[in-house]
Amino acid sequence: MVSTALTDLWFGFGVALEPHNLMWCFVGVLVGNMVGVLPGMGPLATISILLPLTFGIPPVGAILMLSGVFYGAQYGGAICSILLNLPCHPPHAVTCLDGFPLTKQGRGGAALGITVISSFVGASWGITEMIFLAPVLVTVALKFGPAEICSLMLLGLLAGSTLARGSPLKGVAMTVCGLLIGIVGSDIETGTPRFTFGIPNLFDGVEIVALALGLFGIAEFMKSVNQLSEVDTKYTKVTFKDLRPTKDELRRSWPAMFRGTLVGSLCALIPGTGPTIASFIAYATEKKISKTPEKFGTGMIEGVASPEASTHSSVQGDFIPTMSLGIPGDAVMALILGALMIQGIVPGPQLISEHPDIFWGLVASFWIGNIMLVVLNVPMIGLWVKLLAIPYKYLYPSALFFVCIGVYSTNNDMFQVGETIIIGLVGYLLLLLDFHPAPILLGFVLGPRFEENFRRAMLISRGDSLVFIDIKNHPISAFFVFLAVLLIVVQIYVRLRKPKALVDELKMNAETNAIAQAEP
Amino acid sequence: MFQTLLHKRDFYAGGLMALLGAGVALDSSTYDVGSLTHMGPGMFPLMLGVVLTFIGILIFGTSLVTPLGEDEHILPRQKEWRGWFCILAGPVLFIIFGHFFGMAPATFMCVFVSALGDRTATLKGSALLGLIITVPGCLLFSYVLKLPFPLFRWGI
Repeated sequence: MVSTALTDLWFGFGVALEPHNLMWCFVGVLVGNMVGVLPGMGPLATISILLPLTFGIPPVGAILMLSGVFYGAQYGGAICSILLNLPCHPPHAVTCLDGFPLTKQGRGGAALGITVISSFVGASWGITEMIFLAPVLVTVALKFGPAEICSLMLLGLLAGSTLARGSPLKGVAMTVCGLLIGIVGSDIETGTPRFTFGIPNLFDGVEIVALALGLFGIAEFMKSVNQLSEVDTKYTKVTFKDLRPTKDELRRSWPAMFRGTLVGSLCALIPGTGPTIASFIAYATEKKISKTPEKFGTGMIEGVASPEASTHSSVQGDFIPTMSLGIPGDAVMALILGALMIQGIVPGPQLISEHPDIFWGLVASFWIGNIMLVVLNVPMIGLWVKLLAIPYKYLYPSALFFVCIGVYSTNNDMFQVGETIIIGLVGYLLLLLDFHPAPILLGFVLGPRFEENFRRAMLISRGDSLVFIDIKNHPISAFFVFLAVLLIVVQIYVRLRKPKALVDELKMNAETNAIAQAEP
Repeated sequence: MFQTLLHKRDFYAGGLMALLGAGVALDSSTYDVGSLTHMGPGMFPLMLGVVLTFIGILIFGTSLVTPLGEDEHILPRQKEWRGWFCILAGPVLFIIFGHFFGMAPATFMCVFVSALGDRTATLKGSALLGLIITVPGCLLFSYVLKLPFPLFRWGI
């Protein structure tokens, strides 16, 4: 099995190293890194804005580019949080805690250097995990019938919505809203138009680009306008030479990096626990086992190395369920899956055997892309740092133009632009009511397949709704339902009892938010 | 009791979801619901509508038992009416100008008007930003990506 995996990986390198694929990967990493550095632009907004540009590219190139954008933006976000104390992207919120004090002590360059190393270590481990785990998952998943797929999706949706930020109940509400938005359009079996309000443009359903750009573009801009004051760039003079950590810093970082990687890969295995949770747990672990826990928050290099490694290993791990089962763990993965679907590729366990070039090319491109990131960031750090100084008041109008033209270009239809405006307004209202709109995308992408499999499962079982928990004939499905119920029970228990770990995490969350607001 | 309830964010959040769910459930029953074996187009939305109503009521219920939080204002303390209006007006103008005058004027208006949403923005600065974005933006989309959207047009 190891040898087949290695042969496949070899094949993947062949695909990823084809000149045009290499170029798209490079473009993705470059643009992702560039936009990710800009304060106020996270990976979700970046990927949604660039999504329309990939329609004209062949599927392999498109997917390599979008994933490049994703981890490029991840890395760019780290620069932003270490040098400016701005957690533009939630997984990096903990990095601020020790990264920014290091910057104040003049060791910001070293913190960035450590980030480069730890993200590479974390990502490499995540990729290795993907190479060996995904084919195993696929062999299991290929045996799934509609009932199993349905229960698995239910588990994925519940995990994705309740383990994300904010109240779990509200997360579930958003997922259901996403499923409902996925229903808009003609019914797959009968062709009856549903929830289209008689508008013919809606018969094909809501455009994923319009939804993503409304929620993560327009709504996000409305939230941030006039909120981000001009950034303080007095600490941001970092040059190539500063990136080198001292021997002592390196010695302290190595074990932290490996611990972070381990935490991240474990988190990636649990559906729904994305990079944010992984980074928080990694930081907490590091603080707990440290001999000097009181020094955390004053510039401990371990507090940068561990969460960064953890984030990146869990980011790569998130691709496993997305690519092998067709079930995304969070909104970013849902977007990438959506991009695949736009290219006419059906996600699911058959993806690896039907489109080996996409899967193995993607795996290989992760490595190539991560090496590119190191190469891009080490000599060009001065340029990235200059980008930090671009004020938000110039950024968001330019981004709005890309939003408009991007949505228009998907169908050459102005109606979609109007759709985006309305979705953006509604998204902002939801944000004001403390709903996090990310699970909407998850529900939207999975919705149509969920309904289809649900109908099929009920048809096969002749209307017996107990088919999902039938231990004798569908043990796997029953197991998934059991996990879903367990998830809910644990959540209720945790909310009612409020154990120490959760309280600590909430406190830390509040702290990082407070810092971010107090010293912009 | 009722007075404090009216100040709670979750009171409105839960209410909104419950209403939305009920609306969906009612509307989906106008489609063919079918039976469990042969589900019609209305069955799945009906189930989702019921679930959403239920969740909305639960959120509503939690607002009854939790104490009043520190910041329960729905609108942020600083009302950014100008910013909100300009951000929404930008894309609206993009549609109108794009429909009647073409890509270049649409781009300019979109960037110009949305840039005015910042509190420190000036007319001159925003117009300059509009021009700076319009020229390379139109070159990129019109010549490089060959988007079928004329740079200038009149009417229709």
